[in-house]
Amino acid sequence: MSVSQHIITVGMVVIGTMLTRFLPFLIFPSGKPTPKFVQYLGKYLSVAVFGLLVVYCLKDVDVFSFSYGLPELISIIIVILLHLWKRQMLISIAAGTVCYMLLVQFVF
Amino acid sequence: MRSKGKLKSAFLAAFPNTVPILTGFLFLGMSYGIYMNTSGFPFWYPCLMSLTIFAGSMEFVTVSLLLGHFDPLQAFLMALMINARHLFYGISMLDRYKGLGIKKLYLIFGMCDESFSVNCTANIPNGVDKGWFYFFVTLLNHSYWFIGSTLGGIFGSLLSFNTEGITFVMTALFVVIFLEQWLKDKNYISALIGVVVSVISLVVFGKDDFIIPAMIGIVGVLTLLRKPIEGGKSAK
Repeated sequence: MSVSQHIITVGMVVIGTMLTRFLPFLIFPSGKPTPKFVQYLGKYLSVAVFGLLVVYCLKDVDVFSFSYGLPELISIIIVILLHLWKRQMLISIAAGTVCYMLLVQFVF
Repeated sequence: MRSKGKLKSAFLAAFPNTVPILTGFLFLGMSYGIYMNTSGFPFWYPCLMSLTIFAGSMEFVTVSLLLGHFDPLQAFLMALMINARHLFYGISMLDRYKGLGIKKLYLIFGMCDESFSVNCTANIPNGVDKGWFYFFVTLLNHSYWFIGSTLGGIFGSLLSFNTEGITFVMTALFVVIFLEQWLKDKNYISALIGVVVSVISLVVFGKDDFIIPAMIGIVGVLTLLRKPIEGGKSAK
């Protein structure tokens, strides 16, 4: 990608992001109830999108050849267990990343 | 001067509310800057992107978009989907941000998850100007993120250890957010829809083209299953 393509890509991301922030102020006059379907999506879409993002992060993992996605799997399990135990976002992220780095650098 | 006192009191009231975010944003911002650096981008990329996008998750994703093939439509749609939750922040702030003049534009621009949650829940002391309080919360958060990202972008190249695998920070971030939402909102069906539809789409369309079909699929399945999803919740 060239630098101008970078600028266009970032520009599209900025426009998309800003649309989600400004749209309510433009289309929903305050005091009126929000449409039911919009409320429904608001409640349920978010977690599904983060599920998509996890899959997106793992899209390059090849489970059929070495290392079979094992470093990813092990590190994700550590992130989950640590997070269930301590519930400290930064600790879970840092520990999972360090674990992954050690695995890909020294084990696999 | 009266207006100077007004700014100062609003700043002093706002700052303590943002301290928890200071650590988080410096840490995540620096990880993001280092991630960009190790992906081969100069420091002014994270610097400018943290200023203009100011949406953490989306900025991490943008790095991989920039590394892939040029696809502006996909970039736009991903930003829309990933930040769709901001629509609902806006809806809850409609009244609070009313009548704040030109400041309102910046407040809406800077309404990331953290600015929203502070501004939505803070108890603003009597006598403190509401508009300026919201403004400083947003500005401080924006600065923390900007400083963290820029530092990461500059000093990422000075790291003396092997950074292979550091990109996993993005995976870990999303796993934690996903888990947090799973535990808090208990919307298990929609959580599973997100994962299952994405995996199917990945298998069918391949890793370069699965995002847009996956997004359409997720919204489609959520629409079809609205009755059972909502019914299941209210029956509990």
